[in-house]
Amino acid sequence: MAKYLKFLVVGIFFGIVLVKSEAVSWYRIFEMFKFQSFHMYGIIGTAVGTGILLLLIGKKTKNIEGKTINIPLKEKGVFRYIIGGSIFGLGWALSGACPGPMYILVGTGSFSVLIMIASAILGTFVYGLLKNKLPH
Amino acid sequence: MEYILQPWPWYISGPLIAGIMFILIYFGKTFGMSSNLKTLCAIGGASKYSDFFKFDWRAQRWNLTVVLGAVIGGFIAHHFLSSPTDINLSQQTVSDLSVLGFENAGKTLVPNEIYSCDAVLSIRGFLILIIGGFLVGFGTRYAGGCTSGHAITGLSSLQLPSLIAVIGFFIGGLIMIHLIFPILF
Repeated sequence: MAKYLKFLVVGIFFGIVLVKSEAVSWYRIFEMFKFQSFHMYGIIGTAVGTGILLLLIGKKTKNIEGKTINIPLKEKGVFRYIIGGSIFGLGWALSGACPGPMYILVGTGSFSVLIMIASAILGTFVYGLLKNKLPH
Repeated sequence: MEYILQPWPWYISGPLIAGIMFILIYFGKTFGMSSNLKTLCAIGGASKYSDFFKFDWRAQRWNLTVVLGAVIGGFIAHHFLSSPTDINLSQQTVSDLSVLGFENAGKTLVPNEIYSCDAVLSIRGFLILIIGGFLVGFGTRYAGGCTSGHAITGLSSLQLPSLIAVIGFFIGGLIMIHLIFPILF
């Protein structure tokens, strides 16, 4: 149980940051795609900027298990990223929630998001069924 | 306390999100929220239907724990750390939403026009959540990641596939908001 505690704490902090940053708000996503506020671009921009620095420094250190820091590498490709990404973007803009915020919104009391989560699980399942037939 | 209760500015929130990404990598894991959808499929027995779900989901319990924490964090932040809970949207956004039929934009986290009980019980409202969720779940696996995996982790590690995916996120998002919303609402 103890080894999960640190992940629970990270999750709680993640939930708090995304609510306090307003990134969980449907309205902020709409505003972002309308280019009417710098807010979301500021969040993503400073997150990536800080992330680049942290990973550059982190590469030189060991992780908690004493192994070298392992950054997951994405497979090469274009098609799956542009098409899959666009499908994701359509859903993100419509529902105003991506896969982190949709759980966090349940915590804020928006229980109708559970319908969206169920449907997102179904979408992932259907992708699994069709994976070998889809171009990647 | 006053600073915590107010909405946090982007230059505080962004670096904190990067910190969350880094600490998960430091713990020997990754920052990828959409993977949990795949894990939930596997727990539900999806491996009977596709090899895509044949993996040891128990090894992903740490990530489900992050999700559980995120729900708790959402509860704490919304109920105890937010006063006011209004969102300071740009005036242009509020008036654009008003034209589309969205009242009280920014007074809640999510619009009542989509997420309230009344909206969910209407066929249109129900379909919006079902279709929105399905596209998110399908698209994120097709693209191999979501905002956390591609936009934060992938861009921070300067990976071209993630940049292409994020461009895809914006193509889809811009089509939805600028071309489909005027028809839908």
